Amino acid sequence: MSKRTGVFVCHCGKNIAATVDVKKVARELAKDDGVVFCEDYVYMCSDPGQGAVIDAIKENDLDGMVISCCSPTLHEKTFRDASELGGLSGFRCEIANIREQCSWVHKDPDEATDKAIKISRAAVRRVQRNEPLDPIGVPVTRRALVVGGGIAGIQTALDLADAGLDVILVEKQSTIGGNMLKLSETFPTLDCSQCILSPKMVAVSKNPRIRLLTESEVESVSGFVGNFRVRIKKKAQYVDPELCKLCDDCSQVCPVAVPNEYDEGLTNRRAIFIPFAQAIPASFTLDEAACLGLKPVVCGKCEEVCEAGAIDFDKRPTVFEEEVGAIVVATGYDLYGMDKLGEYGAGRYADVLDGLQFERLCSASGATEGHILRPSDHKVPKEIVFIQCSGSRDPENHCAWCSKICCMYTAKHATLYKHHVPDGQAYVFYIDIRSGGKGYEEFVQRSMEKDGVIYLRGRVSRVYEQGGKLRVLGVDTLSGRNVEIAADMVVLAQAMEPSKGTAEIAKTLKIGLGKDGFLAEAHPKLKPVESVTAGIYLAGAAQGPKDIPETVAQASAAASKVIALLSKEELHHSPTVAKVRDPYCTGCAMCVDACPYEAIGLVGGKAAVNEVLCQGCGSCVGVCVRAAIDVKNVSQLQIHEMISAVLAA
Amino acid sequence: MPNSSQSPAPEAQAHEPRVVAFLCKWCSSAGSDLAGVSRIQYSANATPITIPCTGSMSPLYVLSAFNKGADGVLVSGCHPGDCHYMEGNYLARRKLYLVKQLLQFVGLEAERFRMSWVSAAEGAKFAEVIDEFVGDLRPLGPQTRLKAKH
Ligand SMILES: Cc1cc2nc3c(=O)[nH]c(=O)nc-3n(C[C@H](O)[C@H](O)[C@H](O)COP(=O)(O)OP(=O)(O)OC[C@H]3O[C@@H](n4cnc5c(N)ncnc54)[C@H](O)[C@@H]3O)c2cc1C
Ligand code: SF4
Repeated sequence: MSKRTGVFVCHCGKNIAATVDVKKVARELAKDDGVVFCEDYVYMCSDPGQGAVIDAIKENDLDGMVISCCSPTLHEKTFRDASELGGLSGFRCEIANIREQCSWVHKDPDEATDKAIKISRAAVRRVQRNEPLDPIGVPVTRRALVVGGGIAGIQTALDLADAGLDVILVEKQSTIGGNMLKLSETFPTLDCSQCILSPKMVAVSKNPRIRLLTESEVESVSGFVGNFRVRIKKKAQYVDPELCKLCDDCSQVCPVAVPNEYDEGLTNRRAIFIPFAQAIPASFTLDEAACLGLKPVVCGKCEEVCEAGAIDFDKRPTVFEEEVGAIVVATGYDLYGMDKLGEYGAGRYADVLDGLQFERLCSASGATEGHILRPSDHKVPKEIVFIQCSGSRDPENHCAWCSKICCMYTAKHATLYKHHVPDGQAYVFYIDIRSGGKGYEEFVQRSMEKDGVIYLRGRVSRVYEQGGKLRVLGVDTLSGRNVEIAADMVVLAQAMEPSKGTAEIAKTLKIGLGKDGFLAEAHPKLKPVESVTAGIYLAGAAQGPKDIPETVAQASAAASKVIALLSKEELHHSPTVAKVRDPYCTGCAMCVDACPYEAIGLVGGKAAVNEVLCQGCGSCVGVCVRAAIDVKNVSQLQIHEMISAVLAA
Repeated sequence: MPNSSQSPAPEAQAHEPRVVAFLCKWCSSAGSDLAGVSRIQYSANATPITIPCTGSMSPLYVLSAFNKGADGVLVSGCHPGDCHYMEGNYLARRKLYLVKQLLQFVGLEAERFRMSWVSAAEGAKFAEVIDEFVGDLRPLGPQTRLKAKH
């Protein structure tokens, strides 16, 4: 037990000292048993502040240290490191949070000071029973899992492989590329999306360090940072990509036609098909749900014509168990459902499209081979209306957030339209234009000035069909007039939402979701690519609406975090793990069942903790009727001491 | 069982409740940090003790706090299904439900013990939980039922 405890009370400039009487806290704490040093200081985290910690330990021969300051999430590590430099085990240093939990949330100086004393006193009582512990070394698996093969996942996988790490890239669709593969040309430079993406896709398929698993999903994850175990399920692979020669004989004979999701439903495809000419793996694929051949009596035509013998109806799904040290989640986005915007005629009129459908119309690989034609009658639309913020920024009815990229892609769409149909007229309804980004504002200005796109500031109330035209009713709030446009086509800049299944994958990986359903980062400013779970990182639009440059930057950032993590020989995990008090343990095994990490077993009739597996949650403590198990440095005795300190008169 | 705090004496109205708030490290403690960062003001009557997970709550902590004179005990953890340690909070919920019944059985007002779910993103909710609890405790006056007699 620590008998020479030191206490520092931080002013945090005025952040603490304005409400809490820091001198009084120090005076009171100095009276406590075992406290031999107690001082207040203006900025403990500053270099001189940390120096003061080191000096105080050395000069007073301290064996315990409490810093009353901000939340331990900010500076616990700082002061534990300083303690180590002073020759005191970092685990003999505790933080009393008197800023976030006290000075910032109370106005009355007396009340705040009183509470700060209680919080600090509890920390003193706790630290006096802290053991000096050493971190537990755990070996690392130098392999990473990337979930989602859009541009975010592709970039992360390539960066990781480049650094010499093995990567498993799991993609649920039959090709990697994600939404970027559907885009025509990309703002602000109008370079062709597929031309910049396909080399990266090919690089993935050629890289010996990357194991690509398409049509696959993560089923379960166990373990922890450095040592995750994942179960991945791959759908039955009816077409062998090694044998497929891309001759297209199979799809020619397939009798089934279903809407082509890779073409945003604008065209149909066969049950056996290739999503894009650039697909990776470069192979046809068979859609289980649509195929009749899985009951061979009914069909089986493709198998008959395939000269390469690449088709096998008897294939079954496979399940892989893999060990990885880190995981990057890059599951991307979907567009907000068109069915939810009935007032704009979405889902009702063939010529009311969403942004991705318009991309497919503009794309050379799309159904119209890059010609902008109305789906209803294949005529060139002469007047086209774009509606921004469709489903975005409308907390009452739709999504509360700004989807961030639609101002830009709408400007792009209007520009592309004018390039295809020079004598046509494009209108854009907008609330305001958000074009922050290098070259973005200039791009929007060009669309207005050079391409004569008419921007109308206001919302659209309704779109309905009359006499073969789509009548768009809206207001122009700048002129204060109602506007009615008889359009040939309407394009809705639908909100970006987390891709379907985001909530499930978050649950599987035990990472958090924000209120909006996008994956939650560990800190909105300082940890933008970390999830709340150590060893799991986020990249791309799964974390929030993003354009390609931002997605790629985040993907590389996530990769660099993984590289740093996996470059260590060993990871250190906190030694504040469970410890059995042998004489009291009766071997009832309640803790064995309670432990979510399977870290406890019975050895010689008594509970024994595997320190590498134990995460220190204390579930075992909560169930042990004989109080025979404790988590180190938050023992039951320590908690009882803290309770006494908090309630002392 | 006679209940000494059934009709609070007039001076009890002025009594400031003393609350021990057990907060799990990952959600509720982080939620209280967010309340701080957002400068949301709330009652100073509750003093926090951070524990690894609500699953680690021993029923004895609750009894100990009442024994040492707490007027109310709050246990706050991650939302069901969001536990950092997978299922600790389910464990806590089942166990602490029994604790609540035990407390009632020995004659303590049910209102003096509360569980809440506050995530790391719910700073405002954390402040509300504390204010509501303290507000509900005020009319009850001092807790004497389980407090150790000196
Ligand atoms: C109409 C439109 C036009 C755009 N134009 C531009 C532009 O011109 N310039 C620009 O910079 N940006 C543009 N964007 C934005 C661009 O599409 C995104 O920034 C980019 O696609 C985000 O990439 P991502 O990898 O994060 O997500 P996605 O492209 O959505 O990729 C996610 C991948 O993860 C897979 N996946 C999802 N869940 C799972 C799971 N559970 N398991 C396995 N795999 C899973 C998906 O199948 C998909 O392949 C546009 C967006 C839209 C809607
Ligand atoms: S603290 Fe106990 S329950 Fe939690 S992981 Fe360790 S041994 Fe298991």
